[in-house]
Amino acid sequence: MDPKKIIICRCEDITLEDVRNAIKEGYTSWDQLKRVLRVGMGPCGGKTCRLLVLRELSQHLKVSLDEVKTRPTVVRPPLRATPFKVFAKEEK
Amino acid sequence: MSTYDVIIVGGGITGVATAYELAKKKAGKVLLLEKEFVSAGSTGSCAAGIRAQFGTEFNIGLMKRSLDKFEHLSEELDYPGEKIELWQGGYLVLAYSQKEWENLKTRVEVQRRLGINTEILSLEEIKARFPHLVLEGVYGGTFYQRDGHADPLHTTFAYAKAARRLGVEIREWTEVQELVKENGKIRGLKTRGELIPGERVLVAAGAWSSHLMKTAGVDIPIWGEKHEILITEPLERAFAPMVISFSIGYYIQQRPHGSFIMGIGPENPAHWHDPRDFDFSPSWRFLERMSTAAVGVLPMLQNVNIVRQWAGLYEMTPDAHHILGPIDEVPGLYIAAGGSGHGFMFGPIVGELMAEWILGEPLSYDISRLNYQRFQKGELVREPAVVG
Repeated sequence: MDPKKIIICRCEDITLEDVRNAIKEGYTSWDQLKRVLRVGMGPCGGKTCRLLVLRELSQHLKVSLDEVKTRPTVVRPPLRATPFKVFAKEEK
Repeated sequence: MSTYDVIIVGGGITGVATAYELAKKKAGKVLLLEKEFVSAGSTGSCAAGIRAQFGTEFNIGLMKRSLDKFEHLSEELDYPGEKIELWQGGYLVLAYSQKEWENLKTRVEVQRRLGINTEILSLEEIKARFPHLVLEGVYGGTFYQRDGHADPLHTTFAYAKAARRLGVEIREWTEVQELVKENGKIRGLKTRGELIPGERVLVAAGAWSSHLMKTAGVDIPIWGEKHEILITEPLERAFAPMVISFSIGYYIQQRPHGSFIMGIGPENPAHWHDPRDFDFSPSWRFLERMSTAAVGVLPMLQNVNIVRQWAGLYEMTPDAHHILGPIDEVPGLYIAAGGSGHGFMFGPIVGELMAEWILGEPLSYDISRLNYQRFQKGELVREPAVVG
């Protein structure tokens, strides 16, 4: 299949080709790819794309999946997108 | 092994902007070391705001120069403007007491004298221009159109890329362990596996700076302070300015991408001097305080989804201003850190001025008052217009 037509991140419309190009440019960790492409920054919080991107990185870097560098803060709350009214308290 | 002319520690906005400006001035062999990746520290966690609405002539003049640079960054660095996401929808500063209102108006006089044509808006004018806002408890506001937003991640990547094109060597995932002196002068530094010699060393490592400076026997009063922010799902453009209250401490802005980004100053934050204490965990308390403030001023957000919250460090100094310049006791050693919540917005101009300073050129804007000795001398630089 054409990497241009494979969507890796549905929230931000990022294709496999976008991911591979960014890796080639030197963005070779999940955290860097997230910052340069916005993968994982959408409403799903990376639940769809993260493993796909990590697999690309592991193939590119020729290391196993668990050796691909990620920071401890890789998963950020809320786990599911949640509206403000759930958290807002009545004033006064 | 050959010696570098300048080694920069830290891949945040300050480090990469200085690296680029040095290379542009043909400073010779420049190396930048970053312990994780470019933008990984405070720059990459920040809320993306840029503004000239400060309270002192010094800061207004400096931010005016920085805004000028932001406005030409895309061409200067040959990087797509749609990625840098410069958005000048203005900062709307709201006053929540009569006294704050008077202070804001006094600041506008200073701003206008320096060519920053901030508008003073009555409650009625704010209502007419920004109908989404609830103005309970508000006395008035000030607005400057050129203030706004730039993407901290892409801005930093843009500088790094342009610096590399000009020959700067950038090594990521390379942690500096200690600074190395010889006969009292800087000699270079040590990473985990290597001694790297350098004629001059600039520490631009944000909240990590004071720890590193200690290895050269220099005491720099910078500490980390946890600040939290959050971001929403993207919406169609509904609201242009950054709306901000210095007294309550909130700031809320819709980014060009569509999401709302916002923060609120922490309550009694700890002062972390040792990087081992740094804590980036997000808190439930922040979520509640932020949501309450946000729907209070922008009820349209009620049903908007929060997609992510995170914490970053303000790199604080005793007077909430950068510490910049050469270290007298250790010739060849320089510092540029301590932005105290404003490191990103000042980054482009601080980079230019630090390059001038390191190369011994006359400073095109006198930032020498931000020297590290000012705390001992009691010459603190005060600024009334800060958050948290």
